[in-house]
Amino acid sequence: MIHRIPPGTRDVLPAEMRELRRLQGALAAVFERFGYGEVATPTIEYDEVLARGDERGAPVAYRFFDADGELLAMRTDMTVPIARLVATRLAGDEPPFRLSYFANAYRAVRPQRGQMREFAQAGVELVGADAPEGTAEVIEVLSAALDAVGLTRAVIGLGDADLYRQLLGELDVSEDRRERILALLAAHDLVGLEREVDALGLRSSERETLLRLPNLRGGAEVLDEARELGGAAVERATQRLAATYEALSRRGVAARMNLDLGLLRDLGYYTGAILEVYDPALGHVLGGGGRYDELVGRFGRPLPAAGFALYLERVHIAQAEEERLAEASREQGAGSVQP
Amino acid sequence: MRLGEVSGSRARGDGALKLAVPRGALFDGTLDLLDRIGVDTGSLRSESRSLVFNTQGLVLVTMRPSDVPTYVEAGAADLGITGKDVLLEQHGRAVYELLDLKYGACRMVLAARREDDSLREAERRLGAMRIATKYPRATERYFQESGRRAEVIEVKGSVELAPLVGLADGIVDLVDTGRTLAENELEVREEITTCTARLVANRVAHKLRAAEVDELADRMREVTP
Repeated sequence: MIHRIPPGTRDVLPAEMRELRRLQGALAAVFERFGYGEVATPTIEYDEVLARGDERGAPVAYRFFDADGELLAMRTDMTVPIARLVATRLAGDEPPFRLSYFANAYRAVRPQRGQMREFAQAGVELVGADAPEGTAEVIEVLSAALDAVGLTRAVIGLGDADLYRQLLGELDVSEDRRERILALLAAHDLVGLEREVDALGLRSSERETLLRLPNLRGGAEVLDEARELGGAAVERATQRLAATYEALSRRGVAARMNLDLGLLRDLGYYTGAILEVYDPALGHVLGGGGRYDELVGRFGRPLPAAGFALYLERVHIAQAEEERLAEASREQGAGSVQP
Repeated sequence: MRLGEVSGSRARGDGALKLAVPRGALFDGTLDLLDRIGVDTGSLRSESRSLVFNTQGLVLVTMRPSDVPTYVEAGAADLGITGKDVLLEQHGRAVYELLDLKYGACRMVLAARREDDSLREAERRLGAMRIATKYPRATERYFQESGRRAEVIEVKGSVELAPLVGLADGIVDLVDTGRTLAENELEVREEITTCTARLVANRVAHKLRAAEVDELADRMREVTP
């Protein structure tokens, strides 16, 4: 007889668990060093609480009723529960709050390598600290965390969640077209984007701006390239990015940043800076984050905030890939010494 | 031979970019495109059994068009070329669609038997049409978007057979010249979309190897009409 487990979930056995624990330990030491205290929240929340946080958010994988007929849902991330926590349990305390977590979250995704419906996240939230210093601090913690787990080649993408939406507003693009264009951008469909933008009948310089922004990524030079495109929305976003970048330079972590004006996270609560994490050894994104200055306010306590989450399983895969690469290049080096 | 240079290479960030090349209907058009941007395709044209080819500055890996999004999404290939029909069917894959390469154009259509009313009758009397197709997800979405319901029947072989023997009321398929349809006494009822070859990129490669990815895309864009 086969006793099944639900699709997108899995068992973890000792060999893997030992490595995951080591990984968690290294991350926990970094979070602790920066003063981020660990919290835990219930795996299940009232569905209405999660929806208040992020109605356009990650797809909920599991919903069910409790014995009283209340609709519950498994959390899709830790950011929304922590926003609730800050507005309720910590209501009497003075911000800023530096919180970290190691927790499983649940999303209705197509299971594939390193992306399950139940997955482990490790992250921090800094609530009550404004941009750009608050953002820079979170990125500094992220950078130290990546180094601590051996992903020294990892790169952090930094973009602006509001840029494209505001730009479309500035160009008086109608609401439904705006949503369609943002959906194409979120799906990384640059061919469809060009078709939609062409249909707007804009001036050629405006068309150029909309089509070039998603491809502007790299070092500090992309800010100058963006500024040349012009427009108030671009100017505001590049100023915000430049301020964050300068704060990062002062903290010595600017070198691993990839400024990216085409970045768009799939969660609805982001405002301003957004982050993505890549490692050259893995084809998938390792994690992400950003500012969510309006989220905690939705729970009744307006506070600026920023954070990041790493997908623990993917970080583990990237670690293994990096180790394998290092081994391969060692063998290669040893081979080339021979005559 | 250096490790990590040919197959199984995970040395992303170093070495040449890997491009997934579709075999099948898009193969010749893709080789012509690569010729135009100065990539030597001689070995691909002659060694029909090899799968991996090292050319100047680019590693070419050949595969079925429908496998291209799989390899590119996972980062086993940095870039790839495949049909829009494949991308429509595998909607939701996290890859960048960078460029419409314009060749390999064909239409995705809803077709049914000539002088046969079963498509409309099924909708009118039964509330749903039975549609045979190799593109179940694209078909499902097309009908949903137009507020209609289709009972989608996935088949792997000749789709034209399904309405002839009564498995389905109509089919959704790719049409090039329309000859296969005509030979089976089928006719186009609705045009769904036009599909051409597309250049796609892995999300991480698009960020971490931006200059090389853009350079290759620009070269392709320049030779695309």
